Amino acid sequence: MLEINGLTASIGDKAILKGIDLSVPAGEIHAIMGPNGSGKSTLGYVLAGREDYTVTGGTVTFEGHDMLTMAPEARAAAGLFLAFQAPIELPGVNNANFIRTALNAVRRAHGESELDAVQFLKLARAELKRLAMPDDMLRRNVNVGFSGGEKKRNEVLQMTLLRPRFAVLDETDSGLDIDALKIVADGVNALRGPAFSALVITHHQRLLDHLVPNRVHVLAGGRIVRSGGPELAKELEKNGYGALLAEAA
Amino acid sequence: MNAITETGTAGFLARYAASLGQLPGDSTLRAAAADAFHTLGLPGASRGRRAEAWKYTTLQPLGDLSFGSSGSSRDDILPDAASIPREAAARIVFSGGRYREDLSTSVPGFACFADQPDFGELSWPDRDPMVALNTMLAEDGAILTIPPGHDAGTVFLIHYGFEGISAHPRHMIRLGNGARLTLVEMSHGEGCYLHNPVSEIHVADGAVLTHVRTQTESTAAFHLATIYAAIAAGGTYDSFTLNIGGRIARTEIHTVLDGPGAIVHLNGAQLLTGSQHADFTSVVRHAAPKGTSRQTIKNVLAGRSRGVFQGRIEVARGAQGTDGYQMNRALLLSPDAEIDTKPELEIFADDVKCSHGATVGELDAEQLFYLRSRGIPDSEARSILVRAFLAEALDPVTNDTARGLLEDAVARWWEGQAA
Repeated sequence: MLEINGLTASIGDKAILKGIDLSVPAGEIHAIMGPNGSGKSTLGYVLAGREDYTVTGGTVTFEGHDMLTMAPEARAAAGLFLAFQAPIELPGVNNANFIRTALNAVRRAHGESELDAVQFLKLARAELKRLAMPDDMLRRNVNVGFSGGEKKRNEVLQMTLLRPRFAVLDETDSGLDIDALKIVADGVNALRGPAFSALVITHHQRLLDHLVPNRVHVLAGGRIVRSGGPELAKELEKNGYGALLAEAA
Repeated sequence: MNAITETGTAGFLARYAASLGQLPGDSTLRAAAADAFHTLGLPGASRGRRAEAWKYTTLQPLGDLSFGSSGSSRDDILPDAASIPREAAARIVFSGGRYREDLSTSVPGFACFADQPDFGELSWPDRDPMVALNTMLAEDGAILTIPPGHDAGTVFLIHYGFEGISAHPRHMIRLGNGARLTLVEMSHGEGCYLHNPVSEIHVADGAVLTHVRTQTESTAAFHLATIYAAIAAGGTYDSFTLNIGGRIARTEIHTVLDGPGAIVHLNGAQLLTGSQHADFTSVVRHAAPKGTSRQTIKNVLAGRSRGVFQGRIEVARGAQGTDGYQMNRALLLSPDAEIDTKPELEIFADDVKCSHGATVGELDAEQLFYLRSRGIPDSEARSILVRAFLAEALDPVTNDTARGLLEDAVARWWEGQAA
C-alpha cells in the first residue's frame, strides 16, 4: 500500500531523513520507535506533505501513485491521515464545522454527495459514543482550551470519521492515561481490515499491547536501523535503545 | 442652490462665508473655527508641515473635490430601506446631514442640533482641522440626553450620505449618573460625499454607554469622524467601531477617564480592500486613579489597502493604579496591503500597568497545513481562517442586536472578497 524508497528530507540546511526504506502492505500495522530527534515526526510530516520540509531524494508511492507530487489535501483525499503529535488550535473555528468541511471535501473528491449538518451530527454523535467521548467536543472551537488528552482524542475522532486507508499516528499515545490510550487503540482497531494500514509512531510498548503491530521498525539518525516483529518492541522496552544503537553503529 | 466651484479648503471657507448668519448657535465660535481651519487646512492637502496626528493619512484626494452643502433641499432622496434595519425601533435618522423626522421614531431625550445647538466643551477646533471644519459648518446633529438612573435601551443613530454633499453633523450624548444606553451608530450611503461628524460624549458617575459604530460608507466617500468622550467616576464607555466603507476613513477618538475607576474600551475592526485607506487614531487620557482602558483593533487588509492604528495612552501624575492595554492586529491578505502602527505611552504616575503590542501576519502556516492535511482545499482553508479571524474580532461586542448587525456586515464583506 505504501512504499518508501531511499527517502531523504531536510529542513533548511539540516538533513533529517537520511535514506528511509519502508514498505507497509495493505492490512498491516507497523510501529516506528526510536530515540528523540531521530526523525520520526519528520517522516510523518513529509508523508502528509508539510511544505517546510524539503524532500531531497527518494520516492513515496501510495497505492501506485507518486505521493510526493501531491498537495496535502490531495493526499488526504487519496486516503492518508496524519494524527498530529501536537494538534493545532483553530480559534474561531467550530469543531463540528471543521470536521464536516473536511469530510465533505474528501467525499467531493471521491464523487460522493456531501453530508448536511443533520446527517453529519448523527454520524459524529454515534462515533463519539463509540469512542466514549463527550458530545461537547463538537461544539467547541477546534482544540482551543482542550487538555492534552482531549486534543489527542479529537485526532482519533477525526480519523474515525474520515475513514482513511492509511493512518500515521504521531505519538498519539504520549501523555495519555490507560483509559485514553485504550480509546486511541480502539479507534485504530475499528478501522482495521484488509484495506487499512497504519504507521504508529510511539515511545511506549503500552500502546502496542492494545494494537499488536505486524512489524516494528527502529528509526535512529534518520535511518531505519532495525526491523522485526512485535517482540522487538518488548526487547526495546526491556533493554532501551543503547545496546541496539551500539550494535548498529 | 449652492454655487460653490472652489475646491478643498477654499471651497469650504467659501461655503462658510456664504452661510454667515444662517447657521445655528454661537457665531463667535464658528468664526474662530473658520480662522483655525484657514490656518490648518485639510491635512496633507495644503502646503506646509503635516501635523504628527495625520502622519499616515492625507486628505489630498478630498482637497481636489468640491461639494455642495448638506441635503436640506434634497428631501426627495430617501435612504435605501435596507439601510434602516428592522431592529431599529428607536431611531434617529439623518439623510445628507439633515434630520429626517419622517424616517425617525420618537426617541425620549432627543433634540435636533438645528433647534438646540450645543457645541459642548471637550473639542479642540483650534488643533483638529476636521473639527474646525465641522464647527464652522455644522447645521444639524443629534442631542441626546439620558436622565440619571434611566436605562434608555438601544437607540439607533443612522446617517445616510449621497453624491456630491458634505455633511458635518454635530452630536452630543449626555448620560446622567447611573444611566445606561446602547447607541448603535450606522453610517452608509451612495456615491462620492463627505461625512465629517463630531460627537461629544459625557458619561456621568456609574453610567454605562455602549457605543457600536458600523461604518459601511460608499467606497467613493470620505468618512472622517471625531469623538470626544469624558468618563466620570465608575462610568463605562464601551465602544466598538467597524470600518468597512469609505475611500478614506478616519476614526479619531479622544477619551478622558476623569473620575476614579472609570472604564474605557475602544475596540474595532477594519476590513479593507482595493485602494481603501482607514485610520483608527485614539488618545486615552487617564486623569484619575484606578482607571482601566482596553483597546484591541483587528485589521484584515486585502488588495492595495492600507490600515493605520495610532494609539496614545497618557497617564497623568495622580492617576495611580491605572491599567491600560492596547493591541493592534493585522492580517494581510495581499502582498500589496499595508499596515502602519504607532503606539505611544506617556506615563507620569509610578503605580501603573500599561502595555501595548502589535502583530502583523499572513495566515498561520501551521493552521493552514492542519486544515489541508484533513483534505480541505487550500482556498477553502484560507477562507475558513479569515472568517475565524473576523469572528474573533467581534468578540468584544456582547449586545445581541449590535452583534447580529456587525456579523451581517462582515459576512457581506467577505462574500464580496470571495466573489
